[in-house]
Amino acid sequence: MPPAAPRSGDAIFASVERVNAELFTLTYGAIVRQLLTDLEEVEEVNKQLDQMGYNIGIRLIDEFLAKSNVSRCVDFKETAEMIAKVGFKMFLGVTASVMNWDADGTCCSIVLEDNPLVDFVELPDTCQGLYYCNILSGVIRGALEMVAMKTEVTWIRDMLRGDDAYELQVKLLKQVPEEYPYKDDE
Amino acid sequence: MTSTACFIIVSRNDIPIYEAEVGSAAKREDAAQLHQFVLHAALDIVQDLAWTTSAMFLKAIDRFNDLVVSVYVTAGHTRFMLLHDSRNEDGIKSFFQEVHELYIKILLNPLYLPGSRITSSHFDTKVRALARKYL
Repeated sequence: MPPAAPRSGDAIFASVERVNAELFTLTYGAIVRQLLTDLEEVEEVNKQLDQMGYNIGIRLIDEFLAKSNVSRCVDFKETAEMIAKVGFKMFLGVTASVMNWDADGTCCSIVLEDNPLVDFVELPDTCQGLYYCNILSGVIRGALEMVAMKTEVTWIRDMLRGDDAYELQVKLLKQVPEEYPYKDDE
Repeated sequence: MTSTACFIIVSRNDIPIYEAEVGSAAKREDAAQLHQFVLHAALDIVQDLAWTTSAMFLKAIDRFNDLVVSVYVTAGHTRFMLLHDSRNEDGIKSFFQEVHELYIKILLNPLYLPGSRITSSHFDTKVRALARKYL
């Protein structure tokens, strides 16, 4: 019998290798800084961060499934809980909460009170349109796409813009049925 | 009691990156220029003194009439200069140390370019609060 699915990522977080938080924060900061220098347009930087996140996400999901021992989620609600409670804990060391479900259960918000990516950061006037943590939305989008869920992830609240928390809206666009690349008679 | 105090931060390339009049005395028209001038003149002394000691706080290094210049040099050779007429050395030392911590936070911000002007309003508010507390 497989072990029961963990309800929180604490145990996994305790066992995986970690890096110094400041090193992590400053490395991410350096990436954003470099993107701003290279691309000049804030909008382009947002896009690029999202794309980078996507590329991370489509790989990270494998790592996540291998290490976390979670079983198949029955619905999108469970998926969202899994991302917030296990995924975020495992890779970022923080726990998020899921709220603001819409009526048909396809759209919710993942709220982060604490975000290690933004320690020290303050947005200067020249980058007001920047979604500094846009990489996170890309990661979620990429990871869910690999498990057959097309999603749209947008920022609703951002502490760097003066809000009181980080809120990511995850909207399930469609669930792609599993397709087999071969035909029955081959 | 009214006091005069002017605080500036000078980058390692001798460019002023932050300025604040933090005294409680009524502002005089020509005061700002005078303060800048006195602080500017003190930079040479700082340059000589900075390498003679391992302490960051250089204490009072220069005076002009009743105004005294106290300086704190960070490891990156950024200079915090305070022009004041009070005689509260302990307070000034604490002020510099706390501003140093604020400055490090600013420096760690990946979106801040070292050596450029500090435009953060958060930093400004904090510095003014510290000035009220210690000076």
